[in-house]
Amino acid sequence: MRELRYTAPASLAEAVSLLSDAGQDPRILAGGTDLLIQLRAGVRDAGHLVDVKRIPELNVLEASPEDGLRVGAAVPCASLVEHAAAGELYPGLVEAAALIGSTQIQSRATLAGNLCNGSPAADTTPALLALDATCVTAGPGGSRTRHVSELLVGPGRTSLEPREILVEIRVAAPAKGAADAYQRLIPRGEMDIAVVGVGAVLQIADGRVASARIALGAVGPTALLAEEAAASLVGKAPDEAALERAGALATSAARPISDKRGSAEYRRDVVSVLTRRVLASAIERARRRA
Amino acid sequence: MRKLHVTAELNGEAVEFLCEPRQTLLEVLRDVLDHTGTKEGCATGDCGACSVLLDDRVVCSCLVLAPEVEGRKLQTVEGLADGDHLHPLQRKFLEHAALQCGICTPGFLVAAKALLDRNPDPSEAEVRYHLAGNLCRCTGYDKIVRAVLDAAAEMRG
Repeated sequence: MRELRYTAPASLAEAVSLLSDAGQDPRILAGGTDLLIQLRAGVRDAGHLVDVKRIPELNVLEASPEDGLRVGAAVPCASLVEHAAAGELYPGLVEAAALIGSTQIQSRATLAGNLCNGSPAADTTPALLALDATCVTAGPGGSRTRHVSELLVGPGRTSLEPREILVEIRVAAPAKGAADAYQRLIPRGEMDIAVVGVGAVLQIADGRVASARIALGAVGPTALLAEEAAASLVGKAPDEAALERAGALATSAARPISDKRGSAEYRRDVVSVLTRRVLASAIERARRRA
Repeated sequence: MRKLHVTAELNGEAVEFLCEPRQTLLEVLRDVLDHTGTKEGCATGDCGACSVLLDDRVVCSCLVLAPEVEGRKLQTVEGLADGDHLHPLQRKFLEHAALQCGICTPGFLVAAKALLDRNPDPSEAEVRYHLAGNLCRCTGYDKIVRAVLDAAAEMRG
């Protein structure tokens, strides 16, 4: 096992500079719940761990009906789950974050890590994709902002540059009468990886769907949008027939594989059922807000 | 290998130690600081046997690098009892026979303390969800859940 260097920079500029020394094979350490296991198992290697948890910009956590949500990349899921305003405004994202791992894992795991780890079955990614969240990053070229959808490339991969740090995830303030929801299917009650995950944001105005976004997890190489399904709802009353149709259309957006968690056919069936349930949950929340 | 110097607070007392960057908090607690109450189970963050409190949040010490705790506050199972007076959770675990082999017990006690510190009156479901990251292969969990609920009731007075 080669020598490992550990640093905990106190500023973003210092972190960017440390990461720029490619010869050291640096890796960003946030919660470490994936990285430390991968390093120990030899799945990933690193010569230098840059612990980003002491950088103030990465510890921001703010939620308000005016300015929306800002979650720093080092904020553990537990802090987000305990944040009353975040839960009030983005119940779908918070329920997704609350599903990740155990209490112990929640204390460490971050939304940013869930996203950057690039698992197709990540719970918070469909929730963020449905919310059209954006990512603010820092790198040698300065600060960049892009949509979560632009970050998703493939299993275990993102479009982040090797020296680019995810600083924070931002979500716009919820539109009037809009609400989000996330649910997943796992074979037991807790502590498992999604067979299928579905996130949705729905806006209701005058009893009809004004806008909708539906994102699917664990049924493709990355989380993906079910655009046809979402479009089918717009302008319609959100009744059972509309949900049934959206569920069926979401199935055609899914590109699942068969693995130990479920066959492709089973996953397609689950997408339809789960999409209906998630939409129903988002509708109920949106009605309370409208 | 060059070692890192780390200072932290362990069970209310200042500690300092030298560690390699790769060493986990669990290894340092047991092998350097002689706090062997914290157990290693899976070493992959699945079983909760190595649970400790890091700045009042329960974490798996096998998934924390030792240098990460610089300046932080740590609590382990050794910090639960007040001298010879067991913590109510420890007493209730004994009364309810909520342990058999005992390897998972320190982790359960620390995780349960984290719950009761935040929520003095948890429901049975809340206890079960909160402790889902702690595995016990002996008791079947029921006695553990009862012990935690009973300790919570006693601590509420």
